[in-house]
Amino acid sequence: MSRKTAKTDTKDSYVTADGRTIGPAVMEMQNITLRFGGVIAIQDISFDIREGEVRAIIGPNGAGKSSMLNVINGFYHPQEGQILYKGEVRKPLKPYEIAHQGIARTFQNIALFKGMSTLDNIMTGRLTHMKTGMLSQALWWGRAQKEEVENRAFVERIIDFLEIQSIRKVPVGRLPYGLQKRVELGRALAAEPSLLLLDEPMAGMNVEEKEDMSRFILDVNEEFGTTIALIEHDMSVVMDLADRVVVMDYGKKIGDGTPDEVRSNQAVIDAYLGVSHD
Amino acid sequence: MLYREVGEFKTSYAADQQTFPIRFDKLAYFIILAFAFLVVPFLINDYWANAVLLPFLIFGIAAIGLNILTGYCGQVSLGSGGFMAVGAYACYKLMTGFPDMNLIICIILSGGVTALVGILFGLPSLRIKGFYLAVATLAAQFFLVWLFNKVGWFYNYSASGQINAPEREMLGIVISGPNSSPQAVYLVCLSFLTVLALIARNLTRGAFGRKWMAIRDMDIAAEIIGVNPLMAKLTAFGVSSFYVGIAGALLFSVYLGAVEVGEVFGIQKSFLVLFMIIIGGLGSIFGSLAGAAFLVLMPVVLKNVMVGSLGWPVDIAAHFEFLIVGSLIVFFLIVEPHGFAMLWRIIKEKLRLWPFPH
Repeated sequence: MSRKTAKTDTKDSYVTADGRTIGPAVMEMQNITLRFGGVIAIQDISFDIREGEVRAIIGPNGAGKSSMLNVINGFYHPQEGQILYKGEVRKPLKPYEIAHQGIARTFQNIALFKGMSTLDNIMTGRLTHMKTGMLSQALWWGRAQKEEVENRAFVERIIDFLEIQSIRKVPVGRLPYGLQKRVELGRALAAEPSLLLLDEPMAGMNVEEKEDMSRFILDVNEEFGTTIALIEHDMSVVMDLADRVVVMDYGKKIGDGTPDEVRSNQAVIDAYLGVSHD
Repeated sequence: MLYREVGEFKTSYAADQQTFPIRFDKLAYFIILAFAFLVVPFLINDYWANAVLLPFLIFGIAAIGLNILTGYCGQVSLGSGGFMAVGAYACYKLMTGFPDMNLIICIILSGGVTALVGILFGLPSLRIKGFYLAVATLAAQFFLVWLFNKVGWFYNYSASGQINAPEREMLGIVISGPNSSPQAVYLVCLSFLTVLALIARNLTRGAFGRKWMAIRDMDIAAEIIGVNPLMAKLTAFGVSSFYVGIAGALLFSVYLGAVEVGEVFGIQKSFLVLFMIIIGGLGSIFGSLAGAAFLVLMPVVLKNVMVGSLGWPVDIAAHFEFLIVGSLIVFFLIVEPHGFAMLWRIIKEKLRLWPFPH
């Protein structure tokens, strides 16, 4: 496959065979260690995410993948190591502050706002771009209304893109699982993130839904140039989508590289297939 | 048929985002508003105003306020009675401290004072949720009532411990005190309700409403997409208390005229307002008003039927009233747990297709 031609030098940008420009690292994790009491969830892991690429984090259950995503978007604060975001060391921030820096995510178990419509859910994703004060909103006048209409126009583009026009005003609690996942992707996209984190975007989907979702992820990456970091269990999906893959096992990094490199890595094969200890 | 949205196409997002997107709804809204402002004042007498209309308008405002906090932001509060008392006492202190100030300004400022107090008592909501928060606001309820009973400064050291609203005029018409006409008081309350309901609608359909609802539906996800939970909860407490405070100020200054805090703003009032929004529908402005109307009207209707039409003794009727109102609440909650607002929505959806549902 033409997508899988990454280079190891992370300073320069390069162009992939399918025409996407991969820039320098947008996020660098340096020697991250995360502990919960005596449990070490992540142990001394370093990797980077380059601008414009699709970066996958894989590993068996309990490897620490979701913890890693939670570290990236500020839900957990690692005890050791530092995080470089856009070339600067990131201070320990609250999750909503990190959202304002341009990191959006979806969740493994759908975390939509069940009482709100599809439209309102995706509009909520625009909150980081809405600035008018309470008084102006109370009167629904001038700037507040203008801002509302502008953001609505943007959200409608996302609704078009994800092909969910017909469920625009349906409360998301009534939608089937696959569509809810799609709405959640829309909510994250609405923030126009510079880094999009997807926690198992295809968990629990049938083949058809997986194909749809894969197409959307690739389109997001190619059309909007969004950098994506994703966790996924379906290996065939990961190997097709990702430019580079990090493999974790028991909180440690055991592999990092293009899908082909990772596939032939003996430690990775051992972790997935098991190895006899005699 | 009369009620339909088929064939109504919106060509701009602004048109799609309006409060009443269906033409029939908008028409009905303006007709009701015109009727309430232009016709009702000529029909009412003292009894209608004091027994039905004024309590409905005032508790409607309080119910909208509590609905913003509980229905939209998901923070349960049992302190509405206490916050109404803050509004009433703030209004009293402002009226007696600045005799030349217009009563309307006094009432709005009282709302502001209540908002500050509400934000203060909202601070625990950052750490505690659900039932535990309800208990914390219950503490606010008892503390505030105790405070207004205990500290003489709040009631200007009057011998009775009561507060009495002095007479105030607006545009030459008496609107508070014993000489006020029911029509004037009705129009004041109606204007407040109309403006406040409109503002509540604007806030809840915009960015603030979405922040509040996001916190209500899933607070962790809300934080991760950029909602500051501190700001969202405190603004909800602030706006909600502003409404409840204005309701308290109106209740005291233009409706009752004299207030004894434990009697008027006790825990029963907190429950009454909470029941209004539960029966009316959480997270709906229309529901707040429907719930207020139901709980204000029902006892009056029952009393009129039992005492007036059937000729029952007053005390037996009073007991039956409790019984019937209680069972009606249970009945409506079984029929539609999401309240009148949901019932109304379902009726509207049915009406769109009626009489040809297939």
